[in-house]
Amino acid sequence: MAKVTYIENNGTEHTIDVPNGTTLMEAAVKQGIPGIDGDCGGACACATCMVYVPEEWAAKLPEVETMEETMLDFCERREDNSRLSCQLVASDALDGIKVQMPESQH
Amino acid sequence: MADDILIIGAGQAAAQAVQSLRAEGFEGPIRLFGDEPYAPYQRPPLSKKFLSGEIGYDRVELKGEDFYAQANVETHWGTRVTEIDRRNKRILTGDGREYAYGKLIIATGSRVRELNVPGFELEGVHYLRNIDDVKSIQAHFREGAKMVVVGGGYIGLEVAAVAAKRGLDVTVLETADRVMARVVDPIVSHFYERVHREEGVKIETGVTVAGFEGKDKITAVSSGEGKSYPCDFVVVGIGIIPNTELAAEAGLKVENGIVVDELCRTSDPDICAAGDCTSHPNAVYGHRLRLESVHNAIEQGKTAAATLAGKEKPYDQVPWFWSDQYDLKLQIVGLSQGYTQAVVRGDPASGRSFAVFYLKDGVLVAVDAVNRAPEFMMSKILTQKKAVLDPARIADESINMKEIAG
Repeated sequence: MAKVTYIENNGTEHTIDVPNGTTLMEAAVKQGIPGIDGDCGGACACATCMVYVPEEWAAKLPEVETMEETMLDFCERREDNSRLSCQLVASDALDGIKVQMPESQH
Repeated sequence: MADDILIIGAGQAAAQAVQSLRAEGFEGPIRLFGDEPYAPYQRPPLSKKFLSGEIGYDRVELKGEDFYAQANVETHWGTRVTEIDRRNKRILTGDGREYAYGKLIIATGSRVRELNVPGFELEGVHYLRNIDDVKSIQAHFREGAKMVVVGGGYIGLEVAAVAAKRGLDVTVLETADRVMARVVDPIVSHFYERVHREEGVKIETGVTVAGFEGKDKITAVSSGEGKSYPCDFVVVGIGIIPNTELAAEAGLKVENGIVVDELCRTSDPDICAAGDCTSHPNAVYGHRLRLESVHNAIEQGKTAAATLAGKEKPYDQVPWFWSDQYDLKLQIVGLSQGYTQAVVRGDPASGRSFAVFYLKDGVLVAVDAVNRAPEFMMSKILTQKKAVLDPARIADESINMKEIAG
């Protein structure tokens, strides 16, 4: 399990427990955390679940695969530390991670 | 007077509306009514990964178990709303109860269009719209079982793809002269027909279904052209019908969907509607649209919630859709109806990656992208902007999508 903190664009923090094997997108949508839409339900088809990951955590995440990279490449609010949270699967290694949400997913 | 907000329907739009009502600061009572025994869940996986068994109920359920309790929402699963009484501002339910409302959201979604041919009542004739439908279909899934799919649209083809992978003997019957005829150019139809055939699915176009044969259980589908297609079961996917009856009976304006404005308000200012059951004025296309998509349900859910919380967040979006079949990720931006030119990027005749750009008098109105994420993502922006594009540049793959946009 990983304790994950989602920080809204306005600074509001939400910390929840995400079971291992669940994506950070799914967990956020299930808990109703605002700022992550996840329209496609995790099919990597919509890029509406983008988050910013601080540098110290980036290395612990799986590599960005081609599909995610292309989707991110066209996101208006993409930064160097952007990831699609539907591709980030919780594990003990991610316990304590904090991710930041963009102003809008569209 | 009650300030309660009641939501009729418990699908994607309803779940979003609940979340957004709280996020927009509405603190009053919320009651949610759904006629299925389940909390809101995602429908798209039902014909994809949920049907294949790759994911279970816990992964299609939209919200966590405690979400509704934490949001202080009273839930009524398995409860059908039978009447909206606008004069007394209350709704009546099938179990004989009544609930007063201050404001109402209608998110009743849609239901399958049924095929009323002789034998329609036979065992083994299935539709796919909800979780229980999938369970009945899965019960037939065993290697070598003969399945006939009636309707070569998204649902039918997705089911065919899942079944073919599981080793079933699959035949798709389509009335039109090509699959997905209602939504894509022939180029895309023919591509999908080729891939399905490569995967072992038989596709028969120009076939009218005349009836289902069998004593108690279906044994064959008979066509108007005099052919018989033996089968162990059938899945019918011939479209959906918006659930607008409650609204119409309550005197709300209904015209191919419950008529709403850009703030999701119906003809009664105390009632909003969202999702598949609505018809909204679309600013990008300049006319009314009724859409059957998750994106539409989510965004209208947000807009309706904002409106009832006293804010204005107009719904103004280019629709988008997706379909997964085999290793093909089809992503669709916009609606191609009325296009004057289809421009192909890539080679649909070989391989499994290309895109078709639909232009109407030079303006980009829609794109079908098969395993082409850059084309899809860029087109979302270009369609919203009503960009005028040069067909020759679109077709030239040496020019990347960002340059085409520039």
